[in-house]
Amino acid sequence: MEKTPAIALKNITKVFGKIVANKNVSLTVYNHEILSILGENGSGKTTLMNMISGIYHPDEGQIFIGGKEASIQSPRDAYRYKIGMIHQHFKLVDVFGATENIILGIEDGRYDPKTAQRTIMATCEKYGFEIDFSKKIYQMSVSEKQTVEIVKALYRGADILILDEPTAVLTPQEIQKLFAVLRRMRDDGKAIIIITHKLNEVMEISDRVSVLRKGEYVGTINTAEANESILTEMMVGQKVSLNIERTDPKNIEKRLVLTNVSVNSNDGRPILKNVNFTAYAGEILGIAGISGSGQKELLESIAGLQQLRSGSIIYFNPKTGREEDLRDKTPLQIKNLGVRLSFVPEDRLGMGLVGSMSIIDNMMLRSYREGKSVFVRRKEPHDLADRIIDELQVVTPDAQTPVRRLSGGNVQKVLVGREIAASPTVLMVAYPVRGLDINSSYLIYNLLTKQKESGVAVIFVGEDLDVLTELCDRILVISGGVVTGIVDGRSATKEELGLLMTKAKHTEEEGTK
Amino acid sequence: MKTAGEKLKREPLVHISKRAALPFWKSWLIRILSIVASLVVCAVIIVLFTGDNPFAIYGTMIKGAVGTSRRVWNLMQNVAMLLCVSLAVTPAFKMRFWNIGAEGQVLMGGLATAACMILFGNKLPPALLMLVIIAASILAGAIWALIPAIFKAFWNTNETLFTLMMNYIAMQIVAYFVYIWSVPKGSGKIGVINATTNAGWLPSIGHNSYLLNIIIVAVLTVLVYVYLKYSKHGYEISVVGESENTAKYIGINVKKVIIRTMLLSGALCGVAGLLLVSGTDHTITRDTAGGRGFTAIMVSWLAKFNPLYMVLTALLIAFMQKGATEISTVFGLNDSFSDIITGIIIFFIIGSEFFINYAVKFRSHKEVEAK
Amino acid sequence: MITSFIHRAVMQGIPLLYGSTGEILTEKSGNLNLGIPGIMYVGGISGVIGAFLYENSLASPADANAVLAIGIPLICCLLGSLIMGMIYSFLTTTLRANQNVTGLALTTFGIGFGNFFGGSLITLVETDVPSITLSTTSHYFSKTLPFAHKLGWFGEVFLSYSFLAYLAIIIAIVASIILKHSRIGLNLRAVGENPATADAAGINVSKNKYFATCIGSMIAGLGGLYYVMDYASGVWSNDAFGDRGWLAIALVIFTIWQPSIAIFGSILFGGLYIVHNYLNDVINMTMSTQELIKMAPYVVTLLVLIITSMRKKRENQPPASLGLPYFREER
Repeated sequence: MEKTPAIALKNITKVFGKIVANKNVSLTVYNHEILSILGENGSGKTTLMNMISGIYHPDEGQIFIGGKEASIQSPRDAYRYKIGMIHQHFKLVDVFGATENIILGIEDGRYDPKTAQRTIMATCEKYGFEIDFSKKIYQMSVSEKQTVEIVKALYRGADILILDEPTAVLTPQEIQKLFAVLRRMRDDGKAIIIITHKLNEVMEISDRVSVLRKGEYVGTINTAEANESILTEMMVGQKVSLNIERTDPKNIEKRLVLTNVSVNSNDGRPILKNVNFTAYAGEILGIAGISGSGQKELLESIAGLQQLRSGSIIYFNPKTGREEDLRDKTPLQIKNLGVRLSFVPEDRLGMGLVGSMSIIDNMMLRSYREGKSVFVRRKEPHDLADRIIDELQVVTPDAQTPVRRLSGGNVQKVLVGREIAASPTVLMVAYPVRGLDINSSYLIYNLLTKQKESGVAVIFVGEDLDVLTELCDRILVISGGVVTGIVDGRSATKEELGLLMTKAKHTEEEGTK
Repeated sequence: MKTAGEKLKREPLVHISKRAALPFWKSWLIRILSIVASLVVCAVIIVLFTGDNPFAIYGTMIKGAVGTSRRVWNLMQNVAMLLCVSLAVTPAFKMRFWNIGAEGQVLMGGLATAACMILFGNKLPPALLMLVIIAASILAGAIWALIPAIFKAFWNTNETLFTLMMNYIAMQIVAYFVYIWSVPKGSGKIGVINATTNAGWLPSIGHNSYLLNIIIVAVLTVLVYVYLKYSKHGYEISVVGESENTAKYIGINVKKVIIRTMLLSGALCGVAGLLLVSGTDHTITRDTAGGRGFTAIMVSWLAKFNPLYMVLTALLIAFMQKGATEISTVFGLNDSFSDIITGIIIFFIIGSEFFINYAVKFRSHKEVEAK
Repeated sequence: MITSFIHRAVMQGIPLLYGSTGEILTEKSGNLNLGIPGIMYVGGISGVIGAFLYENSLASPADANAVLAIGIPLICCLLGSLIMGMIYSFLTTTLRANQNVTGLALTTFGIGFGNFFGGSLITLVETDVPSITLSTTSHYFSKTLPFAHKLGWFGEVFLSYSFLAYLAIIIAIVASIILKHSRIGLNLRAVGENPATADAAGINVSKNKYFATCIGSMIAGLGGLYYVMDYASGVWSNDAFGDRGWLAIALVIFTIWQPSIAIFGSILFGGLYIVHNYLNDVINMTMSTQELIKMAPYVVTLLVLIITSMRKKRENQPPASLGLPYFREER
């Protein structure tokens, strides 16, 4: 197996407005190899790959393919260079079927979907993929969609395959299947790039690892010579202790009790099935699960944004001692009951904040109704904005700046700051550190711990099992809408959690067989 | 299949990227430049058709628009009417509800006004009649806007197409009543309603029959500005327009806001209908709205949905229309000339927004040879 | 009487069919072109200008050459509407302007353009004819199959139309086949549904949008030409084309974005447009009732719009990115 450079980047720089996404990045990928590109969120991995696949165009630098300089102006050019990219957000047309999506954009002779479908089926058989050709994309599950994406790249004869965070949406079994396919393709002579921030996957699948930090290239090492602590150091810059200070819960009392909560999606599919748990004041309850297992719907049910098919959500009001059922109440009704519920949703700019509005106006989202006047008051929100900018070190020109112009970490600080400022009794946060650098992440973890110490019931939906086991007092694991276990955060292991995260899927699959 | 080497020569000549915000004066400079550019293009076209000195022609235009005091009043009346409809569509647009049904909503308001004038003209005391007219016209416009709003709120029915259809239904309803009430019977025309008694006519202030219209619209402009910028409703409209999910998240009842805002939008259209029928024409035809429902969309959009800027954009468009009409009369051309001129100016202003929002970089051409 | 009703309904339906086929192609690429009414005016008046200049250059109508008499207006019409399509595409695709505003401005401009030249053509070229009546050109445009009238009702219903009418149906069928069964159609639909995906698959989004919008405009423009030359027998009168352009846009919704359904839809709409004249013979109606019946096409369209939105069937919805500009480097 002779290794030749398949693709080489020289001094690539890309700037968006004032943000430098990539600065002087140089790296090489060979045929017959799997290269991991490792970096924290926001380190510029995806931007870099988008330049290889023609979505963006580098401001400076050169790309060499097979030793020759290449000019990739568009995705079409990328295909010409036999580069295939599987994006994190699938690039599929919802109302098309698999075949139509796979052949989209290919121009070779006569348009003949039927023959194409036979070729696709042959490819599928070769690698062991399963595609239901009668389904439209919008009827498919996430992993089916990913399969279509990979087959799409293969069908185009991609020799250089780029996968952007391919495992985030998969179960461990599906991940193993994917890795097997990737290895087979590597043995075929293809060059494969995996973008990820998960160290264990890097160690498992890749031959070499290239690390990016804050848009800059740090270095490349052979996986055989690497271990997780070396990689972490490269990724973060200095040795960081990954220990979160976890205090023991004090003055625990019942705050929120969910009983038999079931939720269906708009098209009638069950998303949550008979969920039962209790959230206590003074502790952090972690929620673990593969993304899309119902975490979003669970939090939204509590916040009054989802219609429950059955069950109850009882809130124990610490002030009045009364019990309130939050089921079938709107967010406003919940608020008017005196329930102080704060919620940091996963989609910050799409749900938690309004991107085009200033920080001040975003502060008003929670409080604008106060007072009898028909007019809004901007004084208090202005003070609050100034306070949050000051206390959480939000980097912004001023409080009038639209939130959209801030970087991901600062956006999150604004949102978390506002939600905490409402002095909640229940604080729900979903993936609060997604897209944040390590320092900001720890700032957020500390804020959550502080909230817990002051007697708030914190519910934390996370994806990083290390963080979950270090931050949370108890961890609830959800899989396919079913709670598969609630474990103690101090004694739980990652393996145990991983098993629980896929448990229901097994039993369900066995049940249908 | 082409090899990589052949493709290399294609460095992009222009590169487009999204700008951070431009300073206020720069963005307005670009807009003003675009208007100047459009006037140059219009001048060329005018010269092509008339063969005259373009400056003389723009002189004719200015004279046509503001040459005499009567013309000034006429222009102001036109601005007021256009502005009124523009104010009406603005709250809906801020909510990203593409209400292009103002034409129909104005017509329904006008129809209600005309109906009250005809049916109750000689039966009710003037003050009461006026109250009835006001209530009826506002109600009619509001109802016409409410129907698409309900479907949008509950079934997400496409409002652009819905309101468009409602325009033509309104026109046919007006046409129907025009036949029913036509004077003389069967002529298909209503003529001036209550020409002798002036019942249901908006009163003149001094000797000026338009002044009241203009004052009413001026007051409305300030009210709408304050409503959108400082009221809780206005804030809710912005949130719903920017992100429906955020609105739900903070407990705004999105359906309620859509319906409430469209009711307001329709009600203001109803007022425009009232001003047109009771305050201006004193009659109704299916053309009473006169395309203002569509022009208003451009006025509102050009002003970035800011009611105060809308005074300027409405003035610009009304001025150009009046001026171009004058050119056509002087040079014996068809008066649709004004639509062509208006169209060209709007094209330029629409196009200029691109240069405000995006930065265009030209690359120096460098050949890269690959070995 | 029924045969003559169908005949008139088809005559009324053809301009709508052109307009809606053009608009369907345009909308499939994600462009909601509200400029169609203006484009149809421009298509009509461009043909009229061409024909007018040609007819005036002839010493006598007998000198007219059939190829030129048809070719000149046809090419003028296509060019005029192409330019309109280019303006729209340039503003919305290249400059990413708001589609609704651009479309409405285009309609204002187009109707103004049509009426201006309709009213001023004679003054501008300084001829001494009293009005624009292009009977020579119209004679060529409205030629029907010679044996049509010999075949009784069958001839009248199916064969008694001019070539532009059949062309409309052919274009609609071809458009339908292209959209459903060709690579061009697949690419176009992908662009309208999800431009980012189409882009990533190597499809040139801007090119497709330009292409669909310009072809769509040219097809719509032919509707204007058909109206003047055949339906109105070569007589241009201002505003006579009326709201047919908007009706064509309505028809797009009615047909749930399928040109093949548009063939029947347009005839149905054509029938609804004139049914008041015929009903009048059966049950005596006042003028006012006739006006009420004229709203039928709009009411029917509304019902279709409401029903499809309530059923929420994905395939029957408008193209997902309809009305939205696309910028690749959006962040």
